[in-house]
Amino acid sequence: MKMPLGKPGTSMENKTGGWRTERPQVDQSKCIKCNQCHLNCPDGCIFVTQKGAQPNYDYCKGCGVCAQVCPVKCIKMVPEEK
Amino acid sequence: MNASNSTNPELENKELFKSGHTACAGCGVSVGLRHILRAAGPDTIVVNATGCVEIFTSAYPRSAWSVPYIHCLFENTAPVAAGVVETLRAQGNDHTKVIVIAGDGASYDIGFGHLSGMLERGHDALYISYDNEAYMNTGVQRSGATPWKANTTTSQVGSVFKGKMQYKKPLTEIVAAHSIPYAATSTSAHYIDLQNKVKKALSIKGPKFLNVLMTCVPGWGTEPSLSMQYLKDAVDTHVWPVYEIENGFLKMNLKPEKKPVETYLKGQKRFKHLTPEDIAQIQKMVDEKWDSLLWKEKCDQERLAALKK
Repeated sequence: MKMPLGKPGTSMENKTGGWRTERPQVDQSKCIKCNQCHLNCPDGCIFVTQKGAQPNYDYCKGCGVCAQVCPVKCIKMVPEEK
Repeated sequence: MNASNSTNPELENKELFKSGHTACAGCGVSVGLRHILRAAGPDTIVVNATGCVEIFTSAYPRSAWSVPYIHCLFENTAPVAAGVVETLRAQGNDHTKVIVIAGDGASYDIGFGHLSGMLERGHDALYISYDNEAYMNTGVQRSGATPWKANTTTSQVGSVFKGKMQYKKPLTEIVAAHSIPYAATSTSAHYIDLQNKVKKALSIKGPKFLNVLMTCVPGWGTEPSLSMQYLKDAVDTHVWPVYEIENGFLKMNLKPEKKPVETYLKGQKRFKHLTPEDIAQIQKMVDEKWDSLLWKEKCDQERLAALKK
């Protein structure tokens, strides 16, 4: 008998970015790479790269926590428009 | 699996709690889970009670967990964890950590008896209660953790009764009264405190308990972007004291300068009906509680210092 088990880490297939109504836009010239946005992100989808913070829009639900916790306010929430 | 457009794949791969879970935008619980797993490491088995976490992390056939995960009912999380840990130890495995993740409904109400049993029998597991102060998953019903006067669908605001009529159950103190080696409180916004406590608890043998306050955006009626701010305010207003009780000795970990409780209460839809008298009453209760904790800490730390001499 085969047990119907969910495989570990497979939630990555859910691209939850479609839920978003606002997207975080990072002004990387102002970013101090403090990692606050990454540590407070409910979806674990904003990472600090060499250039500065960069969200992964595949998973970002646009909650705006990163913009709120950013100490230098370099993240702005802009409406998602097509 | 589709290729992810990750901006930092190396860090993303290291994350034990994966993106793509279906928690609400701004969920305070998923932040907490990320920090708990980060502190616990990959050699961990997670036992999870029914609740939001089960629903948003493990919708079949997908799972956000990169560690072994078992879901069980509201009431039997603690016995299942006890079974898992005793099996591991019987097999000679003395390193794998067992962590229970259960909501306030499972910890304060439904699984309370079994939690008590697990603590009394002394199983080597860490029980983490994520307290979002109501049964959020089923649509915000009151639980033993719901604070006084909070509006939920089963403690509504009407012409006679205005919100929950009873007070919040002091679970951390009840748990500490079992004389377990470690019981503590934290929040998911104070991630350094939370990670330190998870690491410290896991280094201790025996039953451990952590009570972690986490926001619920739909249940508390808050702005998603302010999730972390409300948790910081809860600590800064002394509504949620952050302390640890190690071998019966209480120590306050965070002693922020007090802000008035309105800072925390305002903006939450569940508290929007509060009158100035209610707020004054809440302030009085919060101050009394804080004062009693400070006195207890003073006594305990003096006793501890005397014992060490």
